[in-house]
Amino acid sequence: MSDLILTAVIVLGIAGLVIGVVLFLISRKFAVKTDPRITQIGELLPGANCGGCGFPGCSAFAEACVRQGSLKGMNCAVSKPEAMEKIAAIMGGEVEAVTPKVAVVRCNGSCENRPRVNEYGGVKRCSIANMVCGGETGCFYGCLGCGDCVSACRFGAIKMNTETGLPEVDQDKCTACGACVGACPRHIIELRNKNKKDRRVYVSCVNKDKGPVAKKACAVACIGCGKCVKACQFEAITLENNLAYIDFEKCRLCRKCVEECPQHTIQAVNFPAPKPVPADAGGEGNEPQNA
Amino acid sequence: MVEKLILSTSPHLHSGDTVERNMHTVILALMPALIVSFIVFGIGSLVVTLTSVCSCVLFEWLITKYLLKREKLTIADGSAVITGILLAFNLPANIPLYMIVIGSLVAIGIGKMVFGGLGNNPFNPALVGRVFMLISFPTRMTSWPEPHQLLAYTDATTCATPLNLIGQIAGGNSSAMEQLPSVWHLFIGNTAGCIGEVSALALLAGFAILLWRKVITWHIPVSILLTVAVLTGIMHLVNPELYVNPLYHLCSGGLMLGACFMATDYVTSPMTDKGMIWFGIGIGFLTVIIRYFGSYPEGMSFAILIMNAIVPLINNWCKPKRFGETAK
Amino acid sequence: MLKTFKIGGVHPDDNKLTRAGVTEIAELPKQAVFPLSQHIGAPAVPCVQKGDMVKVGTLIAAAGGFVSANIHSSVSGKVAKIDTVVDASGYRKPAIFIDVDGDEWEESIDRSDDIVSDCQLAPQEIIERIKNAGVVGMGGACFPTHVKMMPPKDCKIDCLIVNGVECEPFLTADHRLMLEHPDEVLIGVSIIMRALDISKAYIGIEANKRDAIDLLNSKVAAYPGVGIVPLKMKYPQGGEKQLIDAVVGRQVPAPPAIPANVGAIVQNVGTVFAIYEAVQKNKPLVGRIVTVTGKSVKKPCNLVVRMGTPISQLIDYAGGMPEDTGKLISGGPMMGRPLMNADVPVVKGTSGVLMLPREDAERAEERSCIRCGKCVSACPMGLEPYLMATLGEQGDWERAEKEDIMICIECGCCQSTCPSRRPLLDWVRLTKTTVGGIIRSRNAKK
Repeated sequence: MSDLILTAVIVLGIAGLVIGVVLFLISRKFAVKTDPRITQIGELLPGANCGGCGFPGCSAFAEACVRQGSLKGMNCAVSKPEAMEKIAAIMGGEVEAVTPKVAVVRCNGSCENRPRVNEYGGVKRCSIANMVCGGETGCFYGCLGCGDCVSACRFGAIKMNTETGLPEVDQDKCTACGACVGACPRHIIELRNKNKKDRRVYVSCVNKDKGPVAKKACAVACIGCGKCVKACQFEAITLENNLAYIDFEKCRLCRKCVEECPQHTIQAVNFPAPKPVPADAGGEGNEPQNA
Repeated sequence: MVEKLILSTSPHLHSGDTVERNMHTVILALMPALIVSFIVFGIGSLVVTLTSVCSCVLFEWLITKYLLKREKLTIADGSAVITGILLAFNLPANIPLYMIVIGSLVAIGIGKMVFGGLGNNPFNPALVGRVFMLISFPTRMTSWPEPHQLLAYTDATTCATPLNLIGQIAGGNSSAMEQLPSVWHLFIGNTAGCIGEVSALALLAGFAILLWRKVITWHIPVSILLTVAVLTGIMHLVNPELYVNPLYHLCSGGLMLGACFMATDYVTSPMTDKGMIWFGIGIGFLTVIIRYFGSYPEGMSFAILIMNAIVPLINNWCKPKRFGETAK
Repeated sequence: MLKTFKIGGVHPDDNKLTRAGVTEIAELPKQAVFPLSQHIGAPAVPCVQKGDMVKVGTLIAAAGGFVSANIHSSVSGKVAKIDTVVDASGYRKPAIFIDVDGDEWEESIDRSDDIVSDCQLAPQEIIERIKNAGVVGMGGACFPTHVKMMPPKDCKIDCLIVNGVECEPFLTADHRLMLEHPDEVLIGVSIIMRALDISKAYIGIEANKRDAIDLLNSKVAAYPGVGIVPLKMKYPQGGEKQLIDAVVGRQVPAPPAIPANVGAIVQNVGTVFAIYEAVQKNKPLVGRIVTVTGKSVKKPCNLVVRMGTPISQLIDYAGGMPEDTGKLISGGPMMGRPLMNADVPVVKGTSGVLMLPREDAERAEERSCIRCGKCVSACPMGLEPYLMATLGEQGDWERAEKEDIMICIECGCCQSTCPSRRPLLDWVRLTKTTVGGIIRSRNAKK
């Protein structure tokens, strides 16, 4: 009996030793040298693999940083500034100053504003609905309401409002990674400057149809009348293909355009309630707010 | 007034086929075997089948409603009923009720619902339940009642099945040869065995229904039966003293039931014709190996479960021939 | 034993309600609308302006590139505007609007019913006439015919296959054309044979069109090298690749290979008829046969329609849109496109207008895949639709490309057989479009 145990111990012992040595040699021979900085940076990154940086995931971003040797043109929008500074310290460089941004949904075609004229019967995915036809409404540019942006968001920052049928961005959770921008087949979502106190002015429409067609499809569509362009003192608004666009780098948030817009297409968010005397509204906010 | 027009892409028509239609056809195809089993084993077969079906459906309902908390209940699709019938068909007609309930719980719970329900289970649920019972209750699972005790249930006298005898013959006990019933009796089902497996004739009738209603294709059953026939035929030719005529193998044990109903389960069989043939050959091969060289007299359940496990691999290996590939 | 293609296929009920409906001539519209993009390739470029007077057959938009086609007015009157219109793609596209006034034709067009059988033109001249007439594939794909008639130099074409299959349920436009204009079709065939210098032509017709097979068989003796091939009914036999496989037993390899690579060229009978009219009658493509049908339609019919006529007018002719209509389709039920409304104009590729009752139009609730493999055995291209759909849902484009997604012909056999009612083709189409985009951008980088 003891012989048996002894034999087993010896055989297994020798086998273990031999295999161990072989494994050691193999791991030496085929070892892949990695820069320790990649692991260090990887640990600082959020690990959400959102792809907002333009790389397939956080580890790919870390690798790319190290390969490039500097942080030039590289930014993880999701990371807090402190984390980016730490990464910069590892890389031995400076963080490029980046204006904080937030995702903005440029469509206000709620069920009320944009009546449904057809019924979409396919798979509830915007990418598929977009291939089928213009959508359930007369507007072929607006939100399809199937929520591709909601499923693209890794941070739970976009929710579908069941009443309006439109997505809503939670500006506190939004990291401006841009995943929703890429997921939207109609390019409705845009990353815009966050600005002071999260105040934003934007054209909430992307319809390029001529005025009457757009107006028929949606009560709050941009009809390309150009009144906002004239109202703007800072040349921030351009009109192209029957559609106005506010350049957020030039906009000084004076809100003149908001008052002018006959369709109430231009949205001003996070401003205090209008004061009794409307003349005051334009006077404020003359200093640039896009720092 | 015409309502809002629907927008969705082609195809705009559907053949009308549904999951329910397929499942109900399978249930219908299982009926001949159930009738034969009632004639052969009497009241016991009905008690076992009913208990098994009811407990399978009940467990599926309880699990979807209270464990998975799904709003859509899936018991109406008929798959739980099939699992129940198939599980019962793999049990002796004299097995106590509580064992059936435990078997059903394992079949539905561990065999199917843990993977997410119909469509996601890698193993045939009925076989998972059956093998669990075979290991847990080896005595009751391997003592089969003698036929024609129509009113007896758990008190029925038991006897050896043809497969036991075939095993004994292969082990050198030539006197067992005399006890072996004729192939004709095996074919029509006048023999001892599990509830659903005794009558090859009734099972073939069910297979014909499935083929006629285009629920399954011929590939899996035919390749299993051919493989078994060829392998046992070769062994028979080599030594007729030890190895019986292949017809005995084809008509005995769970081979016919397994080939026509268990191995052809949609979810756990390969997707392509080529894959199905390899799957069938594998099952046939393993069955013969287990029957002759394993410690259990029957190998069908194990063979199917083992092949179930490699179905994903088969699906990867056996791609259908793409159009235009010949031109290469 | 009738011939057919080898892999997959399904057998939908053929529902040819208008099988015996002799073609009727639809009224002229009040305003005709001509989308500039009625064909595959570059949109045509308008060559008229608002206020211009045009006649039937006047060129109103010229081909915008090599792969593109001319567009002619099908009515006489005044150009009202050049604006946008919602077409069968479901989007707003540029189009020319013409207010109809009278019915004056260009003098160069031979409007008589006389059959002109003699053609002594050189191949180049034939192709030139086809090109000028703006002929495109009338089966639905609308590929410019003159491009197809100029195969790559390294391909030796030895046979012409004429597609008279019409495997789509409900549609009978091609069937009626073969019955009512057999001589024109056969002359058209010999013109194509002359233009491409080939000696063999087959006209493939499914066995449910017995009368057309018999009629053409009785006339074909006068046309050497032309044979009628009856085919077993199976969808999608009218697909170009399936038809070549069925008739001459050759399989076209994966794209970028085209039928010319296996020595065959396929033309729809509608196209052949248009070629006859273009070459022998100098008549551009200004009209076509449209089947207006549906189970609850009062008066399903085959209409000879001028291009640009709004579909609503055809529906009115057929007794109006039934109350229970749930879906309006341009084309057949297997591959047609859903329309948003009936204001869409008839274009070169409009083979039918189908009104589906609501209960047929609504998709049944989707269940989880039971892995029955029916989609795999139905796929005529030997693909695994269940896998493609899953890869699409997961966004695994790389794997989808390896699984040959690009050879999918979007016939819809998979989705129409799925017992779990999974929207397989929706996903496959998304996957194919995405993978196609990836491949194109990769090729562009090279």
